[in-house]
Amino acid sequence: MPPALPSAVRASNPGATLIDALLSASAAGIIELLSPYPPGWGGTLLLGLLHSIEIALGATVLGLLIGTGGAFGKLYGGPVVRDLLAVYTTVVRAVPELVLILLLYYAGTDLINQALTAMGYQRVDISGLAAGIAVLGFVQGAYSTEVIRGAILAIPQGQIEAARAYGMSPGLMLRRITLPAMLPFAIPGLANLWLIATKDTALLAVVGFYELALATRQAAGVTKAYFTFFFAAGVLYLILSLVSNLLIGRVEAWSRRGMPSLKEAR
Amino acid sequence: MSAVGAAAVRSGEAQNSAAEAIHVENLHKKFGQLHVLKGVSLSARDGEVIAIIGGSGSGKSTLLRCINCLENPTSGIIRVNGEEIKLKADSHGHTIPADRRQIERIRSKLGMVFQNFNLWSHMTLIENVIEVPVHVLGVKRDVAIREAEKLLARVGLAEKRDVYPAYLSGGQQQRAAIARALAINPRVMLFDEPTSALDPELVGEVLKVIGDLAREGRTMVLVTHEMKFAREVATHVVYLCNGLVEEEGPPEQIFGAPKSERLKQFIRNIG
Repeated sequence: MPPALPSAVRASNPGATLIDALLSASAAGIIELLSPYPPGWGGTLLLGLLHSIEIALGATVLGLLIGTGGAFGKLYGGPVVRDLLAVYTTVVRAVPELVLILLLYYAGTDLINQALTAMGYQRVDISGLAAGIAVLGFVQGAYSTEVIRGAILAIPQGQIEAARAYGMSPGLMLRRITLPAMLPFAIPGLANLWLIATKDTALLAVVGFYELALATRQAAGVTKAYFTFFFAAGVLYLILSLVSNLLIGRVEAWSRRGMPSLKEAR
Repeated sequence: MSAVGAAAVRSGEAQNSAAEAIHVENLHKKFGQLHVLKGVSLSARDGEVIAIIGGSGSGKSTLLRCINCLENPTSGIIRVNGEEIKLKADSHGHTIPADRRQIERIRSKLGMVFQNFNLWSHMTLIENVIEVPVHVLGVKRDVAIREAEKLLARVGLAEKRDVYPAYLSGGQQQRAAIARALAINPRVMLFDEPTSALDPELVGEVLKVIGDLAREGRTMVLVTHEMKFAREVATHVVYLCNGLVEEEGPPEQIFGAPKSERLKQFIRNIG
């Protein structure tokens, strides 16, 4: 950027004048466009963000449940369970998520309705939220399975052995020893999955679920202010990530409470 | 040394009338093709301190770990407190405990101390010590905490109650692990080479704690490499060699007048 030009030069430069004019005009326009109250579209975007967060949260929780079960099944299950889980994690991780979402969303709802009609029930409308959570959760579950499996394998085996030696039942051992002990090894991987989930919600726009990406497209399409709205959406995704990082950092520090900090070992 | 005297008295005739806390009969253990235990029998009556010695690979740790089924024996009889552990064959032909609840109940009466301490790293010392009483035995939390504070004081760790294991020395961790074992008020204490992972200068503090327990008449089965210590505290010494009991008897006989050639050589090499 060159140093400030003398006003004489600026006046003779029509390009600079144009940019000045445009900027001042658009600054007012942008605020108006992004206002949370109609005719501003800010409220639409925020509602989309809320839906995105809902889906990401639901999918992550569902994914964690599937992942915990899947990891234990892969580690301790019988041969049939292990094979089924191997197929699940391989297929889900091999197929592009967009394809899986389309497949599970359309085929899944169709399958449920066919089953319902076959049993003599009415067809049901499956809510976009439930379907979105189910589909993304199913995908997240496959990745979580591997993250949690790795974390369980990273627990010093002696701690598991001590729990067995003192007569803990499998359920108690899971709750009191295995899960808390694997957490510090799982958090970095699970944090990745959470951040991916927040952005994967955008893929649900293709099946018409009203989340941030679709809300943005709608607002931009109506107002033609594409750059403004997509930039605003980007900022919202960024804020979501930053807040997430803050919270995840706290959780990670808590989960590592028994471990000496690496900083002290430097 | 007074400990030797006490041990000698306790190993006398009166001992045989005490109830049998642990009874192992004709125990076999195979890891695949490897036949580690080839028919071992062992008995620990109340108040006895059994020291299991033997060279590396002789099966002494495996024997100890079979008592609470951390390793499932291939065949044989194990009775703890007079109750025989029910075993069955699984679909692969491996022997496993038949009744999970039974094995959990029996394990909760055996205080195991490991070579590598195996404290739960996400819990402070006091949390480690109360964990089993509160969550397995159903003791009220405040009662368990009072008891745990006494036990930690006893092993000299009262001021470390809220410290996580990773911040302690090996000797301190092992003493805490002993407090954890004591917290369940065990019928028998099982020690699996409790000083093998320690720096030499930390061995003494742990042996002192174990020795005190032996002197107060706790029933213990102790796998150890510390021959001098075994001689001091044990009432009965079992020498394992190649998965069989080569020789057993009171410590003064085993260390003072060994009969078997292999034991003689073992003691020469160790000493």
